[in-house]
Amino acid sequence: MTANGLLQICGYLGVLLALAKPLGRYMAAVYEGRSATVRVLASVERFIYRITGIDPEAEMRWTGYASAFLVFNLLGVLAVYALQRCQGFLPLNPQGLPAVAPDSAFNTAISFATNTNWQGYGGETTLSHLTQMLGLTVQNFVSAASGMAVLVALIRGFVRRNADTLGNFWVDLTRSILHILLPLSFLLALLLIGQGVVQTFEPYRNVTLVEATGYDRPKQDDGGHPLVDADGNPVTGHVTVSEQTLALGPAASQVAIKQLGTNGGGFFSVNSAHPFENPTPFSNFLEMLAILVISGALCHTFGVMVGDTRQGWVILAAMTLIFVPLLFVTVLCEQGGNPAFAALGVDPAGGNMEGKETRFGIVNSALWATATTAASNGSVNAMHDSFTPLGGLVPMWLMQLGEVVFGGVGSGLYGMLVFAIVAVFVAGLMIGRTPEYLGKKIEAYEMKMAAIVILVPPLMVLGGTAVAVMLDAGKSSVFNPGAHGFSEILYAFSSAGNNNGSAFAGLAANTPFYNLMLGLAMWFSRYWLAVPVLAIAGALAAKNYVPPGAGTLPTHTPMFVGLLVGVVIIVGALTFIPALALGPIVEHLMMIGAR
Amino acid sequence: MIHQTAKPGLFDREILAEALLNSFRKLAPRTQLKNPVMFVVYVGSLLTTVLYVQSLIGQGEAPSGFILAITFWLWFTVLFANFAEAVAEGRAKAQAASLRSAKRDVMAKKLDEPRYGANYSKVPGSSLRRGDVVLIEAGDFVPADGEVIEGVASVNESAITGESAPVIRESGGDFSAVTGGTRVLSDWLVVRITVNPGEAFLDRMIAMVEGAKRQKTPNEIALTILLVALTLIFLMATVTLLPFSIYSVETAGEGRPIMVTVLVALLVCLIPTTIGGLLSAIGVAGIGRMMRKNVIATSGRAVEAAGDVDVLLLDKTGTITLGNRQASAFLPLQGIGRQELADAAQLASLADETPEGRSVVVLAKQKYGLRERDVRTLGATFVHFSAQTRMSGVNLEGRQIRKGAADAIRVYVEEQDGSFPEEVQKLVHDVARRGSTPLVVAENGRVLGVIELKDIVKGGIKERFVELRRMGIKTVMITGDNPLTAAAIAAEAGVDDFLAEATPEAKLKLIRSYQAEGRLVAMTGDGTNDAPALAQADVAVAMNTGTQAAKEAGNMVDLDSNPTKLIEIVETGKQMLMTRGALTTFSIANDVAKYFAIIPAAFATTYPALNALNVMGLATPASAILSAVIYNALIIVALIPLALRGVSYKPVGASALLRNNLLIYGVGGLVVPFIGIKLIDLLLVALDLV
Repeated sequence: MTANGLLQICGYLGVLLALAKPLGRYMAAVYEGRSATVRVLASVERFIYRITGIDPEAEMRWTGYASAFLVFNLLGVLAVYALQRCQGFLPLNPQGLPAVAPDSAFNTAISFATNTNWQGYGGETTLSHLTQMLGLTVQNFVSAASGMAVLVALIRGFVRRNADTLGNFWVDLTRSILHILLPLSFLLALLLIGQGVVQTFEPYRNVTLVEATGYDRPKQDDGGHPLVDADGNPVTGHVTVSEQTLALGPAASQVAIKQLGTNGGGFFSVNSAHPFENPTPFSNFLEMLAILVISGALCHTFGVMVGDTRQGWVILAAMTLIFVPLLFVTVLCEQGGNPAFAALGVDPAGGNMEGKETRFGIVNSALWATATTAASNGSVNAMHDSFTPLGGLVPMWLMQLGEVVFGGVGSGLYGMLVFAIVAVFVAGLMIGRTPEYLGKKIEAYEMKMAAIVILVPPLMVLGGTAVAVMLDAGKSSVFNPGAHGFSEILYAFSSAGNNNGSAFAGLAANTPFYNLMLGLAMWFSRYWLAVPVLAIAGALAAKNYVPPGAGTLPTHTPMFVGLLVGVVIIVGALTFIPALALGPIVEHLMMIGAR
Repeated sequence: MIHQTAKPGLFDREILAEALLNSFRKLAPRTQLKNPVMFVVYVGSLLTTVLYVQSLIGQGEAPSGFILAITFWLWFTVLFANFAEAVAEGRAKAQAASLRSAKRDVMAKKLDEPRYGANYSKVPGSSLRRGDVVLIEAGDFVPADGEVIEGVASVNESAITGESAPVIRESGGDFSAVTGGTRVLSDWLVVRITVNPGEAFLDRMIAMVEGAKRQKTPNEIALTILLVALTLIFLMATVTLLPFSIYSVETAGEGRPIMVTVLVALLVCLIPTTIGGLLSAIGVAGIGRMMRKNVIATSGRAVEAAGDVDVLLLDKTGTITLGNRQASAFLPLQGIGRQELADAAQLASLADETPEGRSVVVLAKQKYGLRERDVRTLGATFVHFSAQTRMSGVNLEGRQIRKGAADAIRVYVEEQDGSFPEEVQKLVHDVARRGSTPLVVAENGRVLGVIELKDIVKGGIKERFVELRRMGIKTVMITGDNPLTAAAIAAEAGVDDFLAEATPEAKLKLIRSYQAEGRLVAMTGDGTNDAPALAQADVAVAMNTGTQAAKEAGNMVDLDSNPTKLIEIVETGKQMLMTRGALTTFSIANDVAKYFAIIPAAFATTYPALNALNVMGLATPASAILSAVIYNALIIVALIPLALRGVSYKPVGASALLRNNLLIYGVGGLVVPFIGIKLIDLLLVALDLV
């Protein structure tokens, strides 16, 4: 790796971690209702509560909180579905795009409500501006805010003693949007527009190319089958291209929240590899930073709210310790390139540039790939399908770890806290004491709920992949033969089953089969995790606080960081090694010529 | 007797033989269902057995020899787990049996009316119910646990406590409980039976080690949930391998899909069989270890809770200090010789047969060479202690010597027109502040000085408290003394806190306040007035010498009646949890090596490139899979001693403890199977078995 590359990585991590403290503290103040913005915007909040008929003082039990969360998200799904199906009759559709197919609309609705943002469609060719803005952008905000609300409820579970309520979902949701996501998005959108990200309602524009280009297109018969000559070679005809359609739209506003809210659904089909979505190295830096900044800072929010900031730093340290080594694996694998090309005389110093944008290069593409899969973002600035086998394994595995390394806003930390509960449980037993975390005893009920949280994503990923590889409907979408094709399916389900939304490409996923399967995977892994987490929160809140003593396992030490990292890695490794062995691992071994 | 017979070695031959038989009895599906992890192995074994039969009669998926070998070792895995449990049960039962043998069935004299001298009929002891009243005369065995309602007698309780000196049992007060199986040596007792047959402590304890009635403790339940979750994860990981493998064969165009036998082998190797197989053995062994320490626990929950204790309440008298105060110094007033005071004090105490009085005589003799004078030759008349005067003393040859509490002597001196100088007040105060009891001595209306009676803190008790502190347990001394005295003794004994002028209500309040803070409270007690506090405490150890009420209120009974036994109880509780935690960690860490053994072997025909993962260099795919399965079965047997003995506990603080155990069982768990599987593979090849 070059010094320049190292410098970029250090700069990125430095800014990310430096922002954790101020932003984290601010968010804690927001949720505790004592930030300056809460005071200043109190009338706005009151107005929102009045027109929606919400009593902001009403405390909710965990069941009430979960119901509000579920109902709200379900309404979101229905709204996005309806918008897509009716967009043909609705305004702000300059291209006159027709209604989206039911299976694709179903998939997209769930995808955006669950903060997954898996995109089976191509944005600029499928969705009207209205659908993008009123459907997707709104969901980008509220799905992220929903995750943050669930996290806040869990934190209150740790903080409160002998209590039966966790706060008010509507208030937490409103504050997440009004005081955190909206201002940050506005700021980021402005910065991005400054870098040249488009923001317009104008129709797509046709431009004449500076230099006409051409290519050979295979000819087809009337039935759509490729024509072949006598030797069996395809018959082609030359096509000259002198004009191009430039897709435009209100991209900057959506890009800002897609990054900040770990949504990842791009305005354009190729996401942040598109020059109108991510034009410069600086816009690239800002967008990468936005992926992890809230998830990282929430760790400090957690620390502040539980009254011991060390507890938050420990979690952030654990996340960083998993993130950084895996980042280096990706960078080094991509930099190393493919030995098969080297054998053909290609200079290996160039690394593996297939599927990467030259304006970003290897380090920034690898960094983005690692960050976007560590967090449940899923936006891309390079095509992961074209990564080397191990370079592609890292993003896939980061998702399979359960999206707890930074993870989605809110959801990443609550997932990590569930892992912390499991780590504390095993460690507690090893020191001969009923395990406690932050003064709350971890007992059978919490373990049961934690078990569900840990079980559901692998079930979606492995189960979904198993079904797909057994059915023709699943197999026929695979473009690449061999182990790589298997990786493509596994990647798709890893992405949906962990609410990431990142796509490997190489898989035609906009089919009824995949739209349905992946839609269900996204649905289950979002709500079958959030609801048990709220159940844990409710159980913890009801417990008394156990003051720490000499026999208590300290959870603010480097050893606990190691333990937490160990549990996440071991569970992730043991669950997915067999599947990974048949995909990227064997692909890598074959690439390097092992036999 | 417990202390002589019931210490079976770790692997007593008789217990092993019985356990071997029981390992097969436990193959009944209903028994297996209780342990979800091992039930998966059980089902897997059945499945491979069917596959073996299929390979014999028709087209098998693999050479029948290979399937047979796998099947064979899978069944062994189940049997080894059964064996571990059976050994633990056998040992605990042997322990209990030796306790039970103390409870021979004797003929009881059941009284028609609850009074001495009423008519009685002879009935078998086992037919007695709660509330029956029996007469027990010299030479009779006590037929069942009960409470003395009339009479005083000396009782030999060595069958239970191992202590050969007889103890006095009498009606009323703290010495009214009698235990079944002990023997009345002299006099008679009328006893009301307090337990129904089968409800005695011993019966409850025996039920706890017998599989059918054994209840899982809270942590055991939580751990089982975690193990089930892990098992489900591995079930998903292996079951989905079949379609993955079929697809891989299709797309790679070579090899054949993974065999079901191999999938079952992989599954069994991955699921936490080590901890799953030993889990119940650990629990039973924990109760057994308690019994070896002569502690009878009435619930496994209490044993487990002992490991969590934060606060320990201890009675001062008899626990922290010796039962009696002893004279430690003579403090004369100015102008009075120490010798003179010692002489007067000794004379006043010659007829005082209380331990305190004896200690005054002994101190005078040891320190001032005053020989004990013969009471009769002195021609003295003794004034015995009375509740009215609260003094005792002696009258001889015109001398009136009195000793007593300061206020009592003040009244006495002032009656004699003497003065009670300020200096005495000061001495009395100083003594009290040191935690001792002052006795003022006066002669003919003149105060001579003060005797300091000291509470003697038991030897070695301070070190035990230091140990408790290192375990993270706060010690609180309970005493009826005034706060000044209590503070001094608390400081000398090294307890963290004390409750002075304690009443039963104050004790109960203290326990509740600790519990409200979220702390877990342990308490030892023996008196009836301890019963409410014992009932409130989370871990309550009743002394066997205590009253029936105290024993009923506690959830453990210490047969040795040794209050510092709680330290060992806490250790045993912690060991139980630690052993579970350590073996869970070990079990999971083992999986890494097993993957390296099985994954390359399972896909050898489809993706030969995966052989790069065969880092152990195992000979053939068949030997690799078989070695992993054999290792997985043998490690259960290898760890049985650890499960029974428990992971050793040292009070070194939570962090150090965790680091040590992570190193041993975590890192060890990563390394050991690599070596073990490789060795088994070498052996299989050397013996030409694969």
